Amino acid sequence: MPLLDLLPLAAESSSNLLAARNQMAFTLGFHIVFACLGVALPAIILTANYLALKRGDEAAMELARRWSKAMAVTFAVGAVSGTLLSFEFGLLWPEFMDRFGAAFGVAFAIEGIFFFLEAIFLAVYIYGWKRLSGWAHFWSGVPMVITGIGGAFSVVAANAWMNQPQGFTLDAAGKVVDVEPLQVLFNPATGYEVAHMLLAAYMVAGFLVASIYAVGMLKGRRDRVHRLGLLIPLTIACLVTPIQLFVGDIAAREIASDQPAKFAAMECIQTTGTHQEEYVGGICTEDGPKWGVGIPDLNSFLVGWSADTKVIGLNDIPDDEEPPAHTLLHLSFDTMVGIGSGLFLLAVWLGLSWWKRRDFPQTPWFLRIVSVSGVGAIVALWCGWIVTEVGRQPWIVNGYMRTSEAVTKADGIWFTFALVMAIYAALTVITIGVLRSMSRRWRESGADPEADVPYGPREEGGA
Amino acid sequence: MSLPDAAAIILWVGITFYALFGGADFGGGFWDLVAGGSERGERPRATIQRSLTPVWEANHVWLIFCLVVLWTAFPEAFAAVMTTLYVPLTVAAFGIILRGSGFAFRKSIEGLSGRRAAGATFAISSLLTPFFMGTVVGAIAAGNVPVEGNGDAFSSWLQPLPLLVGAIFVVSGAYLAAVFLVGDARRAGEEDMQRYFERRALGAALVAGALAVIGLFVLESEASYVFDRLVSEGLPLVGLSLLCGAAVVLALLRGWRRPLRPLAGGAFVAVIWGWGVAQFPYLLPTSLRIDQAAAPDATLTTVLIVFGVAAVLVLPSLFLLFTLAQKDILESEH
Repeated sequence: MPLLDLLPLAAESSSNLLAARNQMAFTLGFHIVFACLGVALPAIILTANYLALKRGDEAAMELARRWSKAMAVTFAVGAVSGTLLSFEFGLLWPEFMDRFGAAFGVAFAIEGIFFFLEAIFLAVYIYGWKRLSGWAHFWSGVPMVITGIGGAFSVVAANAWMNQPQGFTLDAAGKVVDVEPLQVLFNPATGYEVAHMLLAAYMVAGFLVASIYAVGMLKGRRDRVHRLGLLIPLTIACLVTPIQLFVGDIAAREIASDQPAKFAAMECIQTTGTHQEEYVGGICTEDGPKWGVGIPDLNSFLVGWSADTKVIGLNDIPDDEEPPAHTLLHLSFDTMVGIGSGLFLLAVWLGLSWWKRRDFPQTPWFLRIVSVSGVGAIVALWCGWIVTEVGRQPWIVNGYMRTSEAVTKADGIWFTFALVMAIYAALTVITIGVLRSMSRRWRESGADPEADVPYGPREEGGA
Repeated sequence: MSLPDAAAIILWVGITFYALFGGADFGGGFWDLVAGGSERGERPRATIQRSLTPVWEANHVWLIFCLVVLWTAFPEAFAAVMTTLYVPLTVAAFGIILRGSGFAFRKSIEGLSGRRAAGATFAISSLLTPFFMGTVVGAIAAGNVPVEGNGDAFSSWLQPLPLLVGAIFVVSGAYLAAVFLVGDARRAGEEDMQRYFERRALGAALVAGALAVIGLFVLESEASYVFDRLVSEGLPLVGLSLLCGAAVVLALLRGWRRPLRPLAGGAFVAVIWGWGVAQFPYLLPTSLRIDQAAAPDATLTTVLIVFGVAAVLVLPSLFLLFTLAQKDILESEH
């Protein structure tokens, strides 16, 4: 189109691939934060709700109500940004869907059911505060937890299938002629990818909510609402963090054996061999890593519990099957592991303090660290997805279809990418602004029991 | 019935639910848009807000359902439509983002100007989204989507039939919404709001009827296959739709309120299935048949099983949600 041709970057059709990858990465990176909240917030909210009902704790009830109102906003943003991803499958990667939709679409069909049920019960829970009885209301929320987990399973299983495709038969023309849905769903990468992502969702949601109350406490707000608002989500996040380290370790070993190109790139391994050094930080060059700290034999040891374990290097990967951006992959991996380990130490600190004194550490440094833990968990999440997705390149379906074969031939992808960036930047600012103003209003009104009695008698004439 | 036909029927069921409930939610946005200034439009907007809040996200999921069934069961058709009609589809996708977030923010944002901006975003995108979705449907019916995809990005839908179908989508959504809102206002005991939406339902019904008649003529010249089947095999459904539509107008004029919703819904559903019958056996008339586009049997069987599970789990849950919402057990606070 003449108008679009005026944009310098749109002129080259070969740049479609870069534009489409950028748009996909950007929209996925945005959505995944809200998806994590959709998966894990229900469990955090119901924990507060349960404590409130069991112990008659007004502060916990107030928190459950506030969080459910915040979730109404984040779930809406997550739902619509997830819809854009569904469109993008076709708008950006039509050849991928054309050839493989019949194979891996099954996972999304199942996800559809979970998402449906989550949207329904979320509405019942969020808008049922006043007129459902306490326990009926609590139980109306429980399906959200189950469907959140089920939805995450199906979507991540689809992604795992892109990494470890199986369960389909191609004819001579490359068309899918037979499908085994269970093989698609339960491919070799499903187990660790799903577990890793689910735990990540609980970490992101838990640390993020806790960090908001840590900031409040640093500002001197030390009431019971803040105390519980910190402790409930932080405890949940800290309980899953050690499991996450364990799962992440398994995932890395599985990737070393199943996706050696991805592993070699993220660990900067240039030459196949035993006694591989583990490099921390630094940049990757063809002559090996620079400026990183190398620990002799550790990489081989981590992959196979012995320094004699052979690890495949980039020299054994055909040039046209090598992932791009080795330094980005390497630093993303290191950042994810670094933040995860830091959060693990935070969990240990909380655990020790709780064991000794039945309280969280009372130094401001603890609150300062918790207050950045939410952003840290999100950064680690993004880094993990960069490793998964960029590390799979140049493939969209590992070993079967290149991303360059999948991309659309349509004009104007740079233009839509720019538009998406603008819309999502505005959405981010407004979402944060809206959540902040909600929290300010709650603080100012206090826990006014007259205004909004949960499970109170039916008001005449509506709210 | 063959497996591909069964999968196509499931797709049509999804489209029917989305058009009925999602369409009415878009129509709510339309009435919000034309409700006037913040003082004059306050009460109708409150009625619309109350009626949409608990259900719009669940209604929206039908769209995801349709997309997923289309790309899983008929991947070739999905790719052909997406690579040809990417302009209206992109606008519709952005419209969905702006509508949903605008609606969610409007309740929670502080200050009148912020609420106004969020409300305007919600309302304008409620107009744009169904319009561009309608152009997609019109372009498919007119046979403007080549099987191999990558049809012309603009001339495929910038034509009388697609544009007219876009307008019909907007107006019929508004018509459904007004009928639903009459019931909501009656339940809330708001006599004046009830009359307010009755007048608008009547207006929208007449405009929708007029557009449908014009549409038949355009269909005859631009989509002869679909037209021919619509006035032969599809004729009973067209007749049913006309009857229901006339009954709605009569009911509105006479003030019969109870049969309004089923009649309006019936008129709408009959048209959608009439369209389905008219396109049969093509997904893309007249170049791609349902059985040509279909995925392997194992995939189709899985889609059927998933739909069976959905029918057992999702439909009762949806029924529960609607019942709770209709009994005013669910409410948006503030």
